[in-house]
Amino acid sequence: MAARNESESPRTTVKKKSDREVVVTRTFDAPARLVFEAWSKPELFKKWWVPRSMGMTLRSCEMDVRTGGTYRLVFGDDPANPMAFFGKYLEVVPNQRIVWTNEESGDAGSVTTVTLEERDGKTLLVLSELYPTKEALDEAGTGAQDALGETFGQLDELLAELSAR
Amino acid sequence: MAAADCRILNHMVQCYPTQFNASFAALADATRRGVLDQLARGDASITDLADKFEMTLTGMKKHVGVLELAGLVTTEKIGRVRTCRIGPCRLEEEMEWIARYRRVWDARFEALDGVIDELKRQEKARGRKKRK
Repeated sequence: MAARNESESPRTTVKKKSDREVVVTRTFDAPARLVFEAWSKPELFKKWWVPRSMGMTLRSCEMDVRTGGTYRLVFGDDPANPMAFFGKYLEVVPNQRIVWTNEESGDAGSVTTVTLEERDGKTLLVLSELYPTKEALDEAGTGAQDALGETFGQLDELLAELSAR
Repeated sequence: MAAADCRILNHMVQCYPTQFNASFAALADATRRGVLDQLARGDASITDLADKFEMTLTGMKKHVGVLELAGLVTTEKIGRVRTCRIGPCRLEEEMEWIARYRRVWDARFEALDGVIDELKRQEKARGRKKRK
């Protein structure tokens, strides 16, 4: 049974490295430059970061993916009550590395580091989220992420649509 | 066991073998499970627990020690009283946390696969045009 589960979802792994750090890994069947492109162009980024079927609307997506640049994602159907996620790119090395801050929760913000490592045309992506405290990390597993998780079953629709284009 | 639980369990065994085994050993004993139940309702001193479970102080100290090693219980001595409370290692919460985290990223990355496939198709199409 375990083997079958692995093949259903073989690639994303999540490990807690410490009380404050989580590491997610995934391999993509594409060169690093394409993974980087999908991560650094807003029009591509918004196609996958918050899939439409989630029921959450990404109202705007501004990203200036270079060292020192900023980003701002605004969610929500109600303009009077928007949910904004924002921060700064601490380090950007094209096709290799993106590091950004998550500043929407004030002092409890995490720093996310994505590294891309290309091998034989495939790319190993390692994403690390480092939280300032253990409490901030615990919190991250419950709030918004939880709400997102529940509707992810509907994702296939979006994927089918994308590949049909 | 549900499929997802199996995966998380595997993950726990791989990533936290020491803590995991200690937790299992700690939970294998009915008295210790009872103590955890009791502490879930509120903090208690070793003496309270010994009374409740009709045990000697020494016996209860041993049980609490095992739970403490597994991170399931913490104790604090104030004056002459050692107070026990539920500890920082909550296995189920930990597993749920990781499962939730993984669901989010797995879904995102599946969608990212779709976007990358599209980029690959576009590159290929451009390549064909160039050759012509």
